[in-house]
Amino acid sequence: MPTVSLTLRIWRQAGPGMPGGFEVHGLDAVSTDLSLLEALDLLNERLIAPGGRPVGFEHDCREGICGSCGFLVNGQAQGPQSATSVCQLYLRQFRDGEVLTLEPFRARSFPVLQDLAVDRSAFDRIIAAGGYCSINTGSAPEANALLIAREQAAQAFDAAACIGCGACVASCRNASASLFVAAKLAHLGQLPQGQPERPHRARALQAQMVSEGFGSCSSNLECEAACPKQISADWISWMHRESWRRT
Amino acid sequence: MSPTPSLDPRLPEGPVATAWQRCRESLPLISPNRKQRLRILVVGSGLSGAAAAASLAEQGYRVQVLTYHDSPRRAHSVAAQGGINAARNYANDGDSVERLFRDTVRGGDFRAREAGCHRLAEISGSIIDQCVAQGVPFAREYCGTLANRSFGGALVSRTFYARGQTGQQLLYGAYQAMVRQVAAGRVELLCRRDMLDLIVHDGVARGVVCRHQISGALEVLSADAVLLATGGYSNVFYLSTNALKSNATAIWQAHRRGACFANPCFTQIHPTCIPSGDVHQSKLTLMSESLRNDGRIWLPLRPGDDRPPAAIPAAERDYFLERQYPSYGNLVPRDLASRRARELCLEGRGVGPGGRSVYLDLAEAIARDGTTAIEARYGNLLEMYERITGDDPRTTPMRIYPAPHYTMGGLWVDYHLMSTVPGLFVLGEANFSEHGANRLGASALMQALADGYFIAPATVTGWLAGTTTGTLPADHPACREALAAVESRMEALRGTGGSQPVDVFHRRLGHLMIDACGISRRADRLTEALAELEALRLGFLGEVCIPGDEGVLDGELAKALRLEDFFGLADLMLRDALARQESCGAHFREDHQTPAGEALRDDERFAHIAAWEHRPGSTPVRHSEPLVFRSITPGPRSYG
Repeated sequence: MPTVSLTLRIWRQAGPGMPGGFEVHGLDAVSTDLSLLEALDLLNERLIAPGGRPVGFEHDCREGICGSCGFLVNGQAQGPQSATSVCQLYLRQFRDGEVLTLEPFRARSFPVLQDLAVDRSAFDRIIAAGGYCSINTGSAPEANALLIAREQAAQAFDAAACIGCGACVASCRNASASLFVAAKLAHLGQLPQGQPERPHRARALQAQMVSEGFGSCSSNLECEAACPKQISADWISWMHRESWRRT
Repeated sequence: MSPTPSLDPRLPEGPVATAWQRCRESLPLISPNRKQRLRILVVGSGLSGAAAAASLAEQGYRVQVLTYHDSPRRAHSVAAQGGINAARNYANDGDSVERLFRDTVRGGDFRAREAGCHRLAEISGSIIDQCVAQGVPFAREYCGTLANRSFGGALVSRTFYARGQTGQQLLYGAYQAMVRQVAAGRVELLCRRDMLDLIVHDGVARGVVCRHQISGALEVLSADAVLLATGGYSNVFYLSTNALKSNATAIWQAHRRGACFANPCFTQIHPTCIPSGDVHQSKLTLMSESLRNDGRIWLPLRPGDDRPPAAIPAAERDYFLERQYPSYGNLVPRDLASRRARELCLEGRGVGPGGRSVYLDLAEAIARDGTTAIEARYGNLLEMYERITGDDPRTTPMRIYPAPHYTMGGLWVDYHLMSTVPGLFVLGEANFSEHGANRLGASALMQALADGYFIAPATVTGWLAGTTTGTLPADHPACREALAAVESRMEALRGTGGSQPVDVFHRRLGHLMIDACGISRRADRLTEALAELEALRLGFLGEVCIPGDEGVLDGELAKALRLEDFFGLADLMLRDALARQESCGAHFREDHQTPAGEALRDDERFAHIAAWEHRPGSTPVRHSEPLVFRSITPGPRSYG
């Protein structure tokens, strides 16, 4: 089985607001069939046995859909492979002897909780500000009463695929959440169900984004490059046009 | 000795087709004023939990939602790929509520209640209405109507889908409905909390004890009703398609507090998953079964043949499903495909690391239809496989192996989704309800949302209307007792003085369970496994190492608490598999099969739901709720 030896420079920080720094760990001859997160599991087992504190990182589904995982690998949010979150990043992507610097997402609105984990609850508050269609259970009309062209549904889906991982924020030099917000606005704003609240939603979500401390769009398109779901930055332009809509 | 729990399913009298309507109309209501004073605790934020929280809050209740995730949107419902069934007959191919009802009962191999299955089929259409109104971007036809496909061998096209991410889109719909109620001040989100115990006072569920994952603080939450929507327990097998944090702690602790556990041995295995390789592999990823439409499954004829697949000529390959099932070939049902693959691998015929996989070969389909056509059909699956394994499935056969995927068993609930502990409701995969011994494809999402949007909001109101309630103060003896119980469990785990990480024991537990209680079960092996499990559990309690764990994200203490509960549940699964001396649905007993190797169901002795009662300090007691079939006569499961 092919193996690789790696040096991991990992940001260690015990808790929010505490001082942190890099810690270096070697991984010798580990299988290239392991994901980067599985390599961290392996490292953690070695740290725990003598009573050490394991490296904290977010993860859950490990198939790239829950959006829990995410940190910087050599400065890149969600690592070097395109359209891939770190849980789907396998060690065969790295050269033998490579040094990997692992850091948490860096953004004021994503305070570091521990090591590689940050607090992304600002995203939930943005959605709560209006990222929905206000329909109560039981009051929905018959599903096929609303016709939606296939292309339109597909475009709404493209935007709705956002997993809320925060890579867009971490890759932006202004730490803007524009791609995240635009994706939700474009998902709902392109569907007939989303029309009644469309202008309000556009204003409310952007206002919440600002009040959470996210910056404005840096126009670098790094967000699109980092996005594991390949959400297009064109939606950001779309969002800016939304701001001028009156109805 | 505690009194025998009541297993009255509270099924409505009379014809099954109108039972839910009559039940709903008979339930008492609560005035809007009183609802504002009632507090409901929902544990879990997946499809059923988020849907219930949103719907109950819309009615005016004060709802608290507990989740161990950083955000409710991470719940594992997000990973469901295939779709959601609904009896809408949009395809005009003869589908109806009656047919979905019958398919569900038959698919479950006559081990579920008729009335519950019928209600599910009735509600299925309203779920689609609700989700579309929320903005779920389901697939559409060119004319703009909703698209449907046939799924999992169904004869009708009743599955609604959103590419391969149906669960994600449905979850976001429920999540958005729920955070709308957060903004309205009626839902309070409590993230990063593990529920560790149920508070029961005078036999009624009154709240939970939970632990904040980062601060380590224990909290007492009291409520007028508690809803568990905490998902399934496939992670008892260590490697499964479930998310890594999915666990059984909430339902297991509720079980220890008096909630009966139903059919724990009913677990579903999915035949086409990416197999395990390295010992540190952490999960098995599901690949859509649709690949079996174009892929041929084979193994080298000669055991130990380690030539690369391309170097093995056709004459030296064994297309074993085509050989054993000439009429169905590679499209035999999930359980048969899984069993045959496992048997051959146990005989030493398997390929890949440890000989634990079989080939699924697209070469012939690519030669016939071209790479472009196959890519269009399975595009993202091929990319996913390549990303994980490093092999290109266009040029080399994929390696697949069956993996635990879904658990039909769960806490026993009556028709009102209430457990044997009054005031404790259980929703979604966490309850045992309507899937019987085997769940149909695309029915998990349907059941979770039926429970969350429509059933629980009606029945929880019915229960609250008929009881005098009021939350307990945090210093109430029942709260203090539960808190002390959690503290002593944590102390015991911390005090082992061992030196092994938790995962070492979880891997061992998984090996044992997949071997003894996985695809295929046998009385003697199950009996042996009970003893091995106990030895393993004692090893865990003696050798596990919990470093000073306060303030650690996803720390060893959290994992150890979950694993301890998996050990308890594993014991119950083995006992249940041993006691059910028949083969039905996903439960295959090698000592109960026909000469042709087909499952042998025993309706005389086992047409019932097994409900296990926890007896502190003693072995669990098996009760049974008989199943009565009035609309459908139980017959052999047929694959026509």
